[in-house]
Amino acid sequence: MAQITYVEAIRSALEQEMRRDDRVLVMGEDVGPKGGVFGATAGLFQQFGEDRVIDTPLAEAAIVGVSIGCALAGLLPVAEIQFLDFIPPAMDQIINEAAKIRYRSNGDWGCPMVIRAPCGGGVHVHGALYHSQSLEALFAHVPGLKVVIPSTPTDAKGLLLSAIRDPDPVCFFEHKALYRSLKEEVPEEEYLVPIGQSRVARAGADLSCITYGATVHEAVAAADRLARDGIEVEVLDLRTVRPLDRESIVATARKTGKVLVCHEANLAVGVGAEVAAIVAEECFQQLDGPVMRLGGPEVPAIPFAESLAEVYCLGPDKIEAKLRQLAAY
Amino acid sequence: MPTNPKTNRTGSRPTSRRAVARQLPHGLTAQQCREMYHKMVQIRHFEDHAAEAYAQAKVGGFLHLYIGEEAVAVGAIAAAREDDHILGHYRDHGYALARGCDVQACMAELFGRETGICHGRGGSMHLADAKRHFWGGHAIVGSHIPIGAGMAYAMQYLEEPLVVLDFFGDGATGNGIFHEGLNMAALWNLPVVFICENNLYGMGATLAEESPVSDMMIKAEGYTMPAVQCDGMDVLSVYGAVQQAAEHCRSGKGPFFVEALTYRFRGHSMADPELYRDKEEVRRWRELDPIPRFGDFLVQHRISSQQELAQVNEEAEAEMLEAVRFADASPWPDPSTAARGVYANPIDPEAAQEALTLAADPAPAAS
Repeated sequence: MAQITYVEAIRSALEQEMRRDDRVLVMGEDVGPKGGVFGATAGLFQQFGEDRVIDTPLAEAAIVGVSIGCALAGLLPVAEIQFLDFIPPAMDQIINEAAKIRYRSNGDWGCPMVIRAPCGGGVHVHGALYHSQSLEALFAHVPGLKVVIPSTPTDAKGLLLSAIRDPDPVCFFEHKALYRSLKEEVPEEEYLVPIGQSRVARAGADLSCITYGATVHEAVAAADRLARDGIEVEVLDLRTVRPLDRESIVATARKTGKVLVCHEANLAVGVGAEVAAIVAEECFQQLDGPVMRLGGPEVPAIPFAESLAEVYCLGPDKIEAKLRQLAAY
Repeated sequence: MPTNPKTNRTGSRPTSRRAVARQLPHGLTAQQCREMYHKMVQIRHFEDHAAEAYAQAKVGGFLHLYIGEEAVAVGAIAAAREDDHILGHYRDHGYALARGCDVQACMAELFGRETGICHGRGGSMHLADAKRHFWGGHAIVGSHIPIGAGMAYAMQYLEEPLVVLDFFGDGATGNGIFHEGLNMAALWNLPVVFICENNLYGMGATLAEESPVSDMMIKAEGYTMPAVQCDGMDVLSVYGAVQQAAEHCRSGKGPFFVEALTYRFRGHSMADPELYRDKEEVRRWRELDPIPRFGDFLVQHRISSQQELAQVNEEAEAEMLEAVRFADASPWPDPSTAARGVYANPIDPEAAQEALTLAADPAPAAS
């Protein structure tokens, strides 16, 4: 097995799937000869040609709209939105068209497509207001969509293969801080990581930290610090935020009785609120403390200056402090 | 512009049906002409009954009638192959019927019944039938324009000789998605016919209030897209324009823009008091009613007799009465199915549970 980065894992999944099935197309801004602004489609244009690796105008709504049309007509498009921050113009196509096609036909036909987009920020990897947002909650709110946010190269590949083969539209968000910072052994052959299934990133019996995406690594780092004091934190990586893996959320909450939910995205009305509600509804008897949340503050995006960005982002220190607060109950 | 058969007639009166048929424009046969007349009449009667059912509160929601514009859907869809793809806006009954969707299932969809063409999920604005390559009415103005371009991309990629007919109104041309869709279609040479039904109003906004140009075809110029304007009150004119457009697309020459000058005889929706236009204007357009106009053509060309036309109207009336009876007697969708069809495989136990709870409440009785 080769050691590859997160973005190489994405690229590898696209390449394997395009080789396996000629209905798979990739389209987006600069995905062609340039290989995408982060290199996720590097070499695909040269290998599969301009009919399957399509450079589009800078028009997000039509990138998604054209992808929907391709899906209706029997192809399996993977649309790349260059930054998740650029997706709002395509919201109508995603929410009003892609998400509703199966329901409006009473299940007779669907819209199998993937929308990939880099998300998130951080002190060293963000471009402030319009190149840093984590907008997953907007999509997770919509029945008909699936929302996947992998945290490791292995999951990125296995989940992307599942997303492309999924019969329904999947939003696939990749934290750009992970693209080149992580390297691990990833199977070269194809394998599927099921959508809607979380994984235990770190086992523990005292506290649960439920999270996803890049925050998983910060949570594990914080958990390691608590372990030095004999407090074992279980970190649950959701991997998919719609549909949520209710069973595993409930299982870890019942096991530890103390739950912290954290994500980089804005806290209010976020994915964490939904997870907290599930825990509150299902695990009331087993809870030994309040369900706690940690997330982005009430500002609309990550501010540019490092001193301000630090306030916005989580990081192991903040997660550790919150976990210790929870452990005290 | 296709030639007007009235001005194209020779002085001598033809003597046999066959002799006349040879002179029909656009290579049309007498039978095709009779079918187009039949479809227009079907749509007119369907809409009349839909309006009546709406007034009786048997059809709820919002209802947008196609009365006056029948020649556009019928002429355009007749000029296409029967497996060419169709997308349209929310005033969509005409496309469904012109494509040959089941009349009773369409009426039952307006009534919101399980026997509806979308099993009561969509209602009036969202008729669709994938089997007939009719991908639906779309209620968000312009949203289906890039989707049509995408389907055309797929046809090109799959090397299928099919084209896409993408219908929208003049109002949609003020929307950004219209321009994004036309831009990509032109850039990639896609086999899509953009059909703009210019009925002079975007809801209650007049053309002058919504667009700096009154000829919508001008907007295609910026995308180097060939465009033609046709008389949307003349089914032959529409047929000719879309025939030319579809041939252009099918031969690999890229997209084509057809502007049909038309008029809706009724308000934007049933709730529209029509304060933005005067009755004299409506009266003038009603004189151009595409149905009697084409009926006259059929009689003059001895394709049909007055009696045969009357019979077509009587049969359509009976068919629609029966469709209303069918819809009215059809069951409501079972509430326990409300959460069905969100995903290919059910994934949300909560929604399923909620649906079961709903099912415990009695459904509204079929009236």
